[in-house]
Order: sequence, then C-alpha cells, then structure tokens
Amino acid sequence: MSLDEQVSAEPAKVESVRAVSRQRRRASRRRFVAAFSKQRGGVAGVVLLAFFVATALLAPLLFPSDMLDVTRTISNPANAPPSSEFWLGTDENGRSILALLAWGARISLTVGISASIITMIIGTLVGIGSGHFGGWFGALLERLTDWFLVLPFIPLVIVLASVLNSRGVWVMVAVLGVTSWPGTARLVRAQTLSVEGRPYLERAKVLGDSNWQQMTRHVLPNVMPLVLANTTLTVAIVILSETTLGFLGLGDPFTDSWGTMLDRASASGAASTGAWWYLLPPGFCVILVVLAFTLIGRALEVVLNPRLGER
Amino acid sequence: MALRDVAAHEFPESGPEAGLREPSAKATKGGLARFTGRRLLAAAGTLVWVLLANFFLFRLLPGDPAARYRGVRNIDPAELARIREELSAPMWNQFVGYLKDPLQLSGISSWKGEPVWDLVGGRFWPTIVLLGTSTIIATVVGVWIGIKAGWNRGGRFDKASTGVTLLFYATPEFWLGLILILLFSTGVWIFPGVFPSRGVIDSGLDPLSIAGIQSIAFHTVLPATALAVVYLAEYSLIMRASMVDELGQDYLTTARAKGLMDRLVRRRHAVPNASLPTITLIFLNLGFVIGGAITVETVFSYPGLGLLTFEAVSQNDLALMQALFLIFSVSILVFNVIADVLIAAIDPRIRV
Amino acid sequence: MALLEMRDVHVTYRSQEGPIPAVRGVNLTLDPGQILGVAGESGCGKSTLASTVLRLFPADATVTGEVLVDGDNVLTMKWGQVRAARWAKASIVFQGALHSLNPIQRIDKQLMEPILLHEKDVNENAARKRVVELLEQVGLPGRLADAYPHQMSGGQKQRVMIALALACRPQVLIADEPTTALDVMVQAQVLDLLSSIARDHGLALMIISHDLSVLATTCDEVLVMYAGKVVEAGPAAEVFEHPKHPYTRALSGAFPTIGDMTSRFAPSGLPGDPPLPGELVSGCPFRPRCPEAEDRCAEAEPDLRPATDEQFAACIHIGEAVST
Repeated sequence: MSLDEQVSAEPAKVESVRAVSRQRRRASRRRFVAAFSKQRGGVAGVVLLAFFVATALLAPLLFPSDMLDVTRTISNPANAPPSSEFWLGTDENGRSILALLAWGARISLTVGISASIITMIIGTLVGIGSGHFGGWFGALLERLTDWFLVLPFIPLVIVLASVLNSRGVWVMVAVLGVTSWPGTARLVRAQTLSVEGRPYLERAKVLGDSNWQQMTRHVLPNVMPLVLANTTLTVAIVILSETTLGFLGLGDPFTDSWGTMLDRASASGAASTGAWWYLLPPGFCVILVVLAFTLIGRALEVVLNPRLGER
Repeated sequence: MALRDVAAHEFPESGPEAGLREPSAKATKGGLARFTGRRLLAAAGTLVWVLLANFFLFRLLPGDPAARYRGVRNIDPAELARIREELSAPMWNQFVGYLKDPLQLSGISSWKGEPVWDLVGGRFWPTIVLLGTSTIIATVVGVWIGIKAGWNRGGRFDKASTGVTLLFYATPEFWLGLILILLFSTGVWIFPGVFPSRGVIDSGLDPLSIAGIQSIAFHTVLPATALAVVYLAEYSLIMRASMVDELGQDYLTTARAKGLMDRLVRRRHAVPNASLPTITLIFLNLGFVIGGAITVETVFSYPGLGLLTFEAVSQNDLALMQALFLIFSVSILVFNVIADVLIAAIDPRIRV
Repeated sequence: MALLEMRDVHVTYRSQEGPIPAVRGVNLTLDPGQILGVAGESGCGKSTLASTVLRLFPADATVTGEVLVDGDNVLTMKWGQVRAARWAKASIVFQGALHSLNPIQRIDKQLMEPILLHEKDVNENAARKRVVELLEQVGLPGRLADAYPHQMSGGQKQRVMIALALACRPQVLIADEPTTALDVMVQAQVLDLLSSIARDHGLALMIISHDLSVLATTCDEVLVMYAGKVVEAGPAAEVFEHPKHPYTRALSGAFPTIGDMTSRFAPSGLPGDPPLPGELVSGCPFRPRCPEAEDRCAEAEPDLRPATDEQFAACIHIGEAVST
C-alpha cells in the first residue's frame, strides 16, 4: 500500500503511517551508525570519551569523597611523588592526585556538556530566527550575533565570571553557555538560509505552513545534524575554557576541577620543585577529553556532510 | 539577414561586449580603496557597540562598586569622593558621563589607587613582543604544515601531522607553559634548566640595549613557544582544510594542463585561493590569542597586559578591567578590519 | 601523418568497489585540419578519453594502448616531456563555466602563463601583446585582458578558454563540452569560432559533446561512444541523418530537427540510464535499453562493422565483422 492510500484509509490504519516513519528512522539510524563506525578518528574519540565518562560516574565508588577532604588527609605525605600507595603521588594537602583527577572529570564533563547544551539552544534559536525572518527582526539578530563575535571570548568570560562575583559550578555553566552561542548561531544562520532556498520550503509556505511550522518541521531537522557536530566541537572549547577559568582562580574553590588542580599546583611551586606528577596528569586528562570531543565532532561532520568526506 | 546577425543585434548577451562590467584595472584598484572606506565606516558602528558593551558589562555587578575603593590606602581623598559620587549617580547620568570620556582616562584603579592608564601604559610592549613573536612563528610554520598536509592528503606527512596537530590543538597553552618551565627552566631528568621562568628582562637592563634585547629574547623563548605551539596546531588544521577544499577545483586542472609542475600549480594557484578562508578563520579566532596571552603571561609572570588582567581580576579592580577589556575589544575590531581589507586585496570578487 | 592517434586505449580507474573500466578499447585518428566529434551521454568515457591526450587522468588509473601526439606516445613519455608537450603540442578547451579559470587572477596573467612557461625567449611584454592578439582572434576586446573571470559572461569566458588553448600554438585542440551551459545563440558562435580557427590554422580539432546536433553541423567525422567503447563512426551528416546503431538513433531522435515539424512529435528519448562503468551486462552493453535487442545480443559484444563504405556501427544487425 502506498503512503497516500494508507493515509486515506480508516483511522485504524493511520497507525501504520507512523509505523512506516518509525521504520524509516530506524533504518537511517542504522546507516548513520554504520557510516560513523568507518571513521577511525571518531571511534577512537568515542572510546576515549567512554573511558572518562565511566571514570566520572564511578569516581564516588572508586575514590570515596573523604579522600578529598583536606582535614582527613593531614596524615598523608604532602607533595609526595608516585608510590605504591598513591599511584600518582599527592598534592600539597596530602590528597591522592589520582582521586582528584577522577573527581575532576565530573566537573569538566558536567560543565562542558551543560554549557554546550545552552549554547546549542540559544545559538539555534537565534540562528534560525535570523535566517528565517527577513526585515528588521532578522537583521537585528544577525547584527547581534556579529557584534557578540567582536568581543574577545576569554576576557569576556573572565569579566562576567568576576563581575557576577559568585564562584559556583553552575555560574560557570551559565557564563560559558551565554558567551559561546555566536559561533553556533552563525553556522545555523548560514544553514537556514541554504535550506530556505530550497524549493520544498517554498511549497510549504504556499501551502500555508505558519512561520513556526516551517521552522520546526522543515528547517530544524535539516539544521540539527550540523548543529550536533558543531555542539560536540563546542564542548571541547568549553572544557578548555573551564580549565582556564579554574586555573585563573575563577572556578569554584570548593570543588576540584583539573583547572583548579593546576592553579594549586602552580601556586605551590610544582613547576620549580619538579613535582611532575602534579603537573602532567591534569593536563593530559584535559588533552585527552578535548581530543575525544574534537575527534567525535570531526567524524560527525564527515558523516553528516558527505562532501567533507574527501578529507 | 542570417539568424545569427539577428541574434547579435537583439541579444546583447551574445555579443563580445555583453555583460562587461568593469574591465579596466583602474576601476578595480579604486575598488579596493572604496571597499576599505566602507569597511572603516562599518567598523565605526561596531566601535559604538563595543563602547556600549564596555559600559554595561561593568555596571551589571551586584553590590556597591564604591566599596571596592575602601581598601586602597594611598588614594587622594578628593579623588575618592569624586569616584563615590560618580558611582552612586543614577545610571543615566553615569552613562552620559561615560560618553564624555569613553576611554576612562581619568579612571582610578581600586587596587593600586593610581590612574588606570598609568598602570596600563608600561605593559603594552611586553605583550606586543610576546604575541608578535608567537603569532608570526605559529602562522609561518602552521600554514606551511597545513599546505603540505592538505596538498598530499592521505599521505604519510598528512596522517602524522594531523595526529600531532590535533593533540596540540587540545592542549591548554598555560599547562604547556608550566611543563616548559618544568623541563627547561627547572630542569628535570635529561632536560636542561636554562631559561628563566619569570619576567621579561633582567632587572637593570635597558630594553633597547643589546644586552637588554638579548635578555628579553631569552625571557620570551618559553612563553612564546607555549603559545606558538598551540596556535600553530589550529592554523595548520585550518589551512589544511582550506587546501583540501581547493583540491578538486577545475582551475587547478587547467593549470596542470598548461604544463606547470605540481609545485607551481600549488604555489601559484591553490595556495592563494586557499588562503582566503584561512585568513578569515585565523582572524576570527583572535579572541583566543588574547586569552592565551592572559594565561601564559600569568604562568611566566611576564609583565604584559595579560598578567595585568589576571592581577585586576584577582584584586577585583573593575576600573582596570574595564580599560583592559576596551583595549582587547578594540584590538579585535582593528584586526578584523585588517583581515577584511587583506582578503579584498587578494580576492577581486569581494571588492564589487 | 595523423596528428593524434589512439590505438586500443583502455582506461581503468581504481575504486573501493574494484576496478572500473571507463574506456574499453578505442581507436581513432585525427589529421591536420580535420574536425572530429565524439558524442555520448555522461559516463560513456568521452571525457576520460580526452584526458589521456595530456595525461591528465588520476595517478592511480591504469591506461594501456598508445596515444600518439604528433608521432610520440604520450603514455610512455617521461614527465618532463609530458609537461613540455602539454599546451605546446596539444591543448584542451575546458568548459568555461564557473571554475576553469583562477578566480583571483587577471585574464592576462592566466593567458601569459603557458606562453612564458613554454617559450623561454619571450619576455613579459611580448607575451602580453600576444595575449591581446589572442583575445581579438576569438572576438573579444583586447582590454578584457585586465579583467577578472567574475566580470565576464559565460560566453566571454568560453572564448577566453579558447584563446587560452591557442596560446602556445598547439597542433591538436580538444574541446570538451564547449557549448554546454551556454545559450543556443552563443553556442552557434562558439562552434563557428572553433571550426574556423581549426581550418585557418590547420589544427586537428576534437569536439566532445553529449549533444549530437552540435556535432552534426560542425564536424567532418563523428564517433559515438557508449559504455567506454565506440559504437558508431562515420561522416557527421550521415551519422546524424542515417544513424545505423540503435543508440545513435535514439540519441539523434532526442533532438528535434528545426524545420521538420514531424520530428517534434515522434517519440524520442531513451528509457533507463547509461550503465555505470563497473556494472556492464554480458554481450552488448546497450542491450537493456535497446528497442531492437534479441537473445543473441547477450552472447558477445559486437565489434564495429561496416554499414556503408564510410560508416561503421557495433551492432549485431549490421553486416559482417571488420577487424579493427
């Protein structure tokens, strides 16, 4: 039975239309997974990310939170190099560096993913809005995006973080989310313009689809794949920024992220005393997590935009 | 009359004169000047926005701004009174006052009690030295790697360099700085500790003397390397992507068909075209260059604008932060204009 | 002596799915002053064939047979000789459409480039003068030399490509789809230009096109290609008006004859698509779409057989086989 026949059949048969589209979506998902698994970089990124996600989730079990309590670790040797008891040594308060790293993963991943979701939402809304609406509204949104891009990112983040004067993890998420959206908005706008140039959208307009319907049912599904790839790459940048903020002392002083670890390492003179076990591991962790997201993002771009497959 | 003659008469598109817009060289050169003029005009508009943002950003804060000045010891009480009066005025009055002096030349630092611009003035040249050397090295080396990797896409050099550059792209530049200090300043294991880890020049030396310049160079090696390596990774990834985009273009086939060697096809045709999106993307990322300067100067106690920013943040000195933010924003604006003009100089299609 | 000669040329591309034969045994000769047309749908191998003359096919393609340009086999030359022969012995007029010219370089620089490359004793001034002459030769004003590609119309760009191809005074000229993407009126002018230049300079000209009617009026001889092989060859007018191979009949029927009202009503066009080079059926490759196919067409691929004194077609329904 053709789709049209199915639609015009009795209400009981309408279910089968949904079944058909569900089948199609399942098939395209399978194709996507098959294509993605051919990208070696992307697969490596997923494995790497899985490792860190597992570490972050299991941290409270593997390293009970009192291992991070400064009052309880007083008896441990401070600034100690790696030993059989402390595989990566201890920090200036006697805390196990390995434990700190595991707990730090929670911060980086939480901030990275949450802030990027905010960025994705704001960026997509502004991008579709500025691409779809003509006239002053669209122009205004476009201007807003371009103007925001002129403001230097890290100084802006630093200023917002210090002006707002509170130092929580969620403040950081908000600040990073609110400052990173212009890049996504620009991309979404360009993609919206290209999608809207296509004939079937003209047809939708003529058939009477409202602005909202056009944007959500036609533009959004076409824009989403690229947005997802872009958001993955945004996570990488957000994690680097969050680490930077932590290092500059703008992070949450009550939580231990990799950035604050490096801040404390630097402050306790690890570089001049040669405490490599304090300096190297947090940096390596940042590199590996950022690398993971970058690899996944690049693989997504290739899979979702076949033209880039030539790379 | 033959059909063809009719065609030439009625359809100007088909004659040799058809569709010609600006044939003379003079017109296109004039085009660049006109383009620059238009671009500067647009930049002026953006400058207004930057000044506005600069104002409102720092008024967002909760709490009493004047309270920050309470802790300053050596401030002139008349100055303090003036500041307190300013900061407690209604927002509109503050705004008008701001417009009269957008650069805040009379702004007082709440940390040191001195005029803000006195503090800023002496910090310019170290940052220029640091960013200048690192971006030049990063651009030259990064672009070269990107060209080579992209042109021979899939080859050994490409695979190796892409892996390495992705790794360095993911590296926090300040962490790299710390490691460089560990290896080359403190000296660990087989690595020699020869380079200094603080400051920009040995005390007592004149920056313009030979000894002074040597000292500056010596102090700049490690921080510039930390920055250059990370920027280089990004630039090479960008250039590689641009080159790969050009690879399939028809005009390269034409160039090869003319009998040009591969090297010349790349150098004369592919690279200039590929440099266009590269320039755009590199300049788009200038904000991160500034961020890098802030963190690396902090790690190396390198007395430039970056370290000053860190100090302003640590001391919660909003007046100083405001001035620095303005400097950074205006720099980005200026470099964006330069980038656009540079692209218009290379690509005649933009000038229309 | 023939300026261009191809003997049993096979071109096979490498791909992830296996070897793909794009050209499967083509022979042709081109004499000075002769205009040869090569017709066929996209994917039949005609552009690949043209790429062998200047050795412009991808490095991982396998090419066998001989391609003789002015007596020398291009396929066995050293690269230095190939580069010297490119443009100076034979040149290609690419489609002038969007990107055959470097968009950020002036026209004069692009036309001077091959001249300065191949003729070491010519200095820049002389080269520029020659460029202006070339432009005028193709009917463009000399001041266009200062222009950029984006400032010109499609027809002007195509003429520039022709001027470019003539820059080093080649003996063989190949025009690859010179009229595609141009208006009908401009098409006529470009074809006239090509043929008059060929005749005036005694060039051997090969015009490649999917449009048989374009070739019918301009060429002396026409080859029709299908699935990498020549399926019909003969004098242009004959092939167009009295096609012997079923494919050629369909191809020429697809283009109505101006002036003949009935041709517009006759059913034309061919169902299906040309075969992908890697997926050929047994026997005659045209069999799936041929209105005259029989069972015995699946047995073997027919060679070119003489249908008349000058016309050859590779169809089982034509006379006996000719050893080619």
